Amino acid sequence: MTAHDRTINVTRRDVMIGALGLTFAFATTRLDIAKAAVTAREMTGKSISPWVSIAPDGSISIMSPATEMGQGSMTSLPRIIAEELDADWDKVRIVPAPPIDEVYGNPGFQGMLYTAGSNAVRSYYDPLRIFGAQVRRVLLDNAAKKLNVPVAELTTQPSVVVHAKSGRKLTYGEIAAFAEVPAKAPDIKPADLKKPSDFRLIGHDVMRVELPNKVNGSAQYAIDVQVPGMLYATVLRAPVEGGAPARIDDAAVKRIPGVIRTVKLDYGVGVLAQHPYAAIEARTALLNNVTWSRNGKAWGFDSDKAADEFAAAVRDPKAPSTIWDKRGDSTGQFAKASTIIEADYLNDYTYHAQMEPLNAVASVSPSGDSCEIWCGTQSQTMAQEAVAKVLNIPRKQVKLHDTLLGGGFGRRGHRDEEFIIDAVLMAKAAGKPVKVIWTREDDVHNGRMRPLSAHYLKAGLDKNGKIIAWHQRIAVDRVLPFADPVRYENAKGRDGIVMRGVEFLTYDLPDITTEQLYRDTGVRTSPLRGVGWTANIFAAEAFLDEIAAKRKIDPVALRLELLKDFPRGRAVVQRCAEMAEWGKKRDGRALGLAFVDYSNTPIAGIVEVSLDRSSGVIKVHNVWSAIDCGTAVHPDNVIAQTESSIVYGLGMSLSERITVKDGAIKQSNFFDYRVPRMSDIPEIKVELVRTENHPTGAGQMGTPMIGPAISNAVFALTGKRLRQSPMTPDRVKRALA
Amino acid sequence: MPVRFTVNAKAASSDLPPHTPLLWVIREELKLTGTKFGCGAGLCGACMVHIDGKRAFSCQTQLSDVQGRTVTTIEGLSANSSHPVQKAWLAERVPQCGYCQSGQIMSAAALLKDNPHPTREEIVAHMSTNICRCGTYPRIVRAIQRAAREA
Repeated sequence: MTAHDRTINVTRRDVMIGALGLTFAFATTRLDIAKAAVTAREMTGKSISPWVSIAPDGSISIMSPATEMGQGSMTSLPRIIAEELDADWDKVRIVPAPPIDEVYGNPGFQGMLYTAGSNAVRSYYDPLRIFGAQVRRVLLDNAAKKLNVPVAELTTQPSVVVHAKSGRKLTYGEIAAFAEVPAKAPDIKPADLKKPSDFRLIGHDVMRVELPNKVNGSAQYAIDVQVPGMLYATVLRAPVEGGAPARIDDAAVKRIPGVIRTVKLDYGVGVLAQHPYAAIEARTALLNNVTWSRNGKAWGFDSDKAADEFAAAVRDPKAPSTIWDKRGDSTGQFAKASTIIEADYLNDYTYHAQMEPLNAVASVSPSGDSCEIWCGTQSQTMAQEAVAKVLNIPRKQVKLHDTLLGGGFGRRGHRDEEFIIDAVLMAKAAGKPVKVIWTREDDVHNGRMRPLSAHYLKAGLDKNGKIIAWHQRIAVDRVLPFADPVRYENAKGRDGIVMRGVEFLTYDLPDITTEQLYRDTGVRTSPLRGVGWTANIFAAEAFLDEIAAKRKIDPVALRLELLKDFPRGRAVVQRCAEMAEWGKKRDGRALGLAFVDYSNTPIAGIVEVSLDRSSGVIKVHNVWSAIDCGTAVHPDNVIAQTESSIVYGLGMSLSERITVKDGAIKQSNFFDYRVPRMSDIPEIKVELVRTENHPTGAGQMGTPMIGPAISNAVFALTGKRLRQSPMTPDRVKRALA
Repeated sequence: MPVRFTVNAKAASSDLPPHTPLLWVIREELKLTGTKFGCGAGLCGACMVHIDGKRAFSCQTQLSDVQGRTVTTIEGLSANSSHPVQKAWLAERVPQCGYCQSGQIMSAAALLKDNPHPTREEIVAHMSTNICRCGTYPRIVRAIQRAAREA
């Protein structure tokens, strides 16, 4: 297609060593790394590498620090640099940044290389613009010197410096051949940056760089990696976190042709084999031939019983809790209320179901003092550190080859990166490189879930119906202490994953108290697309609909009333209502609305449903959504991500459910964990409400609004309220009975 | 005795046990890794290939089943991504993570071969064998309609 086709197969080393000409590296997170501005020649063999290099032939290499799991950051972040650099995009090639936190770390995650939370563009936007402008300034200064003209007389066109007065031009490649890079990065002021109206790249659609390789099979994921001499392995992990193999009968395994041997691990049993299917067969043969020690907390855990316990606790004011958030005086305001409304909601465990089952390739040196890993991870930092910790070696001894991810959704950003450790331990045991592949059954059974939660909400209304007090109690299985103990400690013991979306800062709710009932069931849990928002917004936005019904006012009017001080919120609600023709009567169908201000991205969604009362099946016919993520670097990609997060929300709301018995997950593959297929998909229309605000996230904002919108639509259709997600047919029938 | 068959117009053979799923033979032995492992149970379609011109789950096809037969994988669908389905896939910017897309494209190509102008309902019925967790379904529908139009 374009010059970008080759980028995916370019290794970092090619760029670091092969790029003749200019290189630049001004730090995004630490100014003391600004001295990282070096030329390629000087850089050869050194561990620092640049953001941008420009070769004499005019080709421009730009580093991309985010990992690519389909969300498009691999294209969007370099576009920001290229915009301010005024680069000719056709001459840009994109290279994954090496894992050097000090240079490439995500400002939104304390400088870690970590792609999550829909915050790559949001957090990198300002530094990358400044950085692109700095590179452009260096080129201008060099051109001024060469042409012997004042720099103020120079302008740029894509990849060309122009001196209009004399009609002379120098291409970026020509400048690269003679340019000198200053020791200190040029000072760029906000006024030096482009005006949005001058943007050529930001806000304009483009082919994502890795897309051409995704239609011909050449895109490489970790599972595709092959290393000479490599063996294959599977790992049968204890069904419950903390369990260990107590007794292994591997007689049947040994009879499978191609199996080399079993390897006892602290947490499971690995099988080394000559080819992958032998390893998979061996895993199946092991299933009923390993006895597990019942160490670990979750043994005996039953998710149905836990849901009952959680629900009872949130209803019981004496059940211990901690205050998560308290603003104003909700207690005093409740005393003044003329009407009190209460309700409760439940959310089940759900599973990521990224299409690429977890896997990794590793090779450990004979002495054990260095290691190479090939993996798809959301955090290059965590991947290297986890391996370094397990092998007790310095991080720099872990050579990382990170590949495209066959889906992430939060599953591949856990501090322990356990699926990579599987490969490291098996490679160490084998003395050879090993590819560990999880079967889909492993991926489900060892899954780390969106947690179980129960929600109690109470609102106080004054005599005019205005909400004057809000109180919520949320019992929810912990995530952050399990998924990332380091971040949990940094957050001073606040689990920001599960308690996201409870503050309603842009709703007119000044008197609000939120209590958390901390639960640690021992079940494996995880950040999952939509994180706490999905559960918390399911409860809150359905509850708002109950309030609207009680007041006998239109749900759109209630949202607009609550958004009185947030015009961007009102704009998306109003636009979405127009798209859906909100006031229009429909035969046998009804609409439901939800609004979310998701990490400063306001989004509204309306669903149109019908219902088969005999089977309890909800049919979603249409979804309309309006989203305002500020400056959209790549508008079509914002639309694509919103379509995607809507589909994800449909699955979580209607059919996806994980149950746990005796601590172990009962589901095992796509027949009993039902994710949306094409036949389940409504017409989806997404509109971008364009504003020039600082860019905010777009990767998951549609997910949380779908559940409450469906519950609200079913209420509009039947007068019955669905209070438990997913809204499966059996639950629908019970609600209608 | 090795199993002999044709893959992407080239002779291929494998000495792996005859019950080995074709998926693992083409991915790991023949190094055609565009065909993906997703579920191992014929539930997701990531492993879809063509056998004698018809689509098939390669995870549900034993090596011995393809003796003497002709297999086409995503790598062999066209030279230079020139198949109308591949071109439409890029025009509609379908892929996100991309992992399921080889299987989606192989399913779509098989559909259009038998039914060059499918209705929307026919597209949905045919393509519901293939899961896309990124939810690219609306764009897949558009891409198949475009490919039917432009082929």
